Amino acid sequence: MFINIAIDKDTIMLLIGIFSLLSFASLIGFILKRALKTEKQRNIVANLNSRIKAWWVMCVVFVGALLTGGIGSYVLFSLISFMALREYITLTPTKKGDHRALFWAFFVILPLNYYFLATQWYGMYVVFIPVYAFIFLPIRTVIAGDYERFLERTAKIQWGLMVCVYCISAAPALLTLSIPGYEGQNGKLLFFLVFVVQMSDVCQYIFGRLFGRRKISPNISPNKTVEGFVGGIITATLLGTSLWWITPFNIWQAAGFSLLITVIGFFGDLTMSAIKRDRGIKDYGTTIKGHGGILDRIDSLCFSAPVFFHLVRYFF
Amino acid sequence: MMADFLCFITRIISGLNVRWHGCLPEHTQRVYFANHTSHLDFMVLWAALPKRLRKKTRAVAAQDYWNGTKLRRYIAHHVIQAILIDRKNISVHNTEENPVNKMLEALDEGSSLIIFPEGSRNILPEMRPFKSGLYHLVKKRPDIEYIPVYLENLSRILPKGECIFIPLLGSATLGSPLKLNKDETKNEFLERAKKSVEELRCS
Repeated sequence: MFINIAIDKDTIMLLIGIFSLLSFASLIGFILKRALKTEKQRNIVANLNSRIKAWWVMCVVFVGALLTGGIGSYVLFSLISFMALREYITLTPTKKGDHRALFWAFFVILPLNYYFLATQWYGMYVVFIPVYAFIFLPIRTVIAGDYERFLERTAKIQWGLMVCVYCISAAPALLTLSIPGYEGQNGKLLFFLVFVVQMSDVCQYIFGRLFGRRKISPNISPNKTVEGFVGGIITATLLGTSLWWITPFNIWQAAGFSLLITVIGFFGDLTMSAIKRDRGIKDYGTTIKGHGGILDRIDSLCFSAPVFFHLVRYFF
Repeated sequence: MMADFLCFITRIISGLNVRWHGCLPEHTQRVYFANHTSHLDFMVLWAALPKRLRKKTRAVAAQDYWNGTKLRRYIAHHVIQAILIDRKNISVHNTEENPVNKMLEALDEGSSLIIFPEGSRNILPEMRPFKSGLYHLVKKRPDIEYIPVYLENLSRILPKGECIFIPLLGSATLGSPLKLNKDETKNEFLERAKKSVEELRCS
């Protein structure tokens, strides 16, 4: 269960880098706050500053968990899954007949998924939700005896488990890989994934705010623009490529993976936005100040984590 | 101490988000009236109030349920400081058992109240008509603030007839004070009071 995470020179460099970046962001936020005059600009900067503050907290928590050597990351990501599923089910209409099935989803299936992961029982981990949970849940619902909108209700719970638990858990699953010549360094690979995904979100936000003109998907997410998408993807891919030295990849592979992570992440974000639109809401919750809910923060990771994990697992 | 702890647990279980929409958490004497769908309602609305207001707020609850087990009795008497109502023998003639008199007594002692005018837990999507107690309170103590509250999702966290909860996110939305209009009849007022709660659903 405990994975040896070496705190080597690279890790220390990363820590210095990430916290300098945050300090730099805070400094810019501080300067902007002083410089701006109009009410509208102030509101945008106030939101930016609360986002930056939240980033400090998120980085400290994530890095802290990473440094514990595995177990902290499993606990952290299982809590993230729990809170994300909580937000998701809250906004998905369920009936009383789903009550017991949901209880199993929250308190049995979710912990077991992370237990199989942490004990490195890969074969069980990888089929547990798609096979056992997906068969068990409709059984539990059918026992409750309510057939109204049955397919819809079951599908909603299954999709919730898939996105919030199974997909998210693929991120800490990177810690379990054994890559020749990269032993004890998997923490940095998890860092790489989370960094590229989150920087892609941040850069798309910045480019969209500064240069956004043409809406990329007006029906689903009016805030997303072509300029934000292109600028964000390119910048985040360059940032990811520049971190090739912390990964088991060469510089071209790092670039390819960064591009893949950011593009899939963008579509994850868009997909989760479509669900929000359908439910008529803007954010999944209010947990993280300035960002909305947990699910608003990790929607890109939901899609990019499993693809990245499985590709790395096949090819390295 | 124990009460604070139980409030803390309640807030965690219900993922409570409190929205002071039409009023602020002030020291005014108030009657909070809310929709009723779950046994959690009492604890949740009580836990939604800041500690300093909580101390002076009592919930009006059904005697048969809250005297049912040791834990419930403890919560009723020591946590939500319940004014227990005997639902089976409600009578306007017996002054001692008249629920309105019990509530008036508590108001005159300076307490705020939490009431659920639907009478018992409702499993339908639409709210049930309000019982007349609220009207009698407004009529007899018009200077107190009557605050509508909409409790959301609690019936999904702990539905009627279930004993285990699921951890969804609940919320309590508090609206602006309601006053009895001049020449308003009992039914008109109760209908308007019910609407004031329903309107908080979407806001």
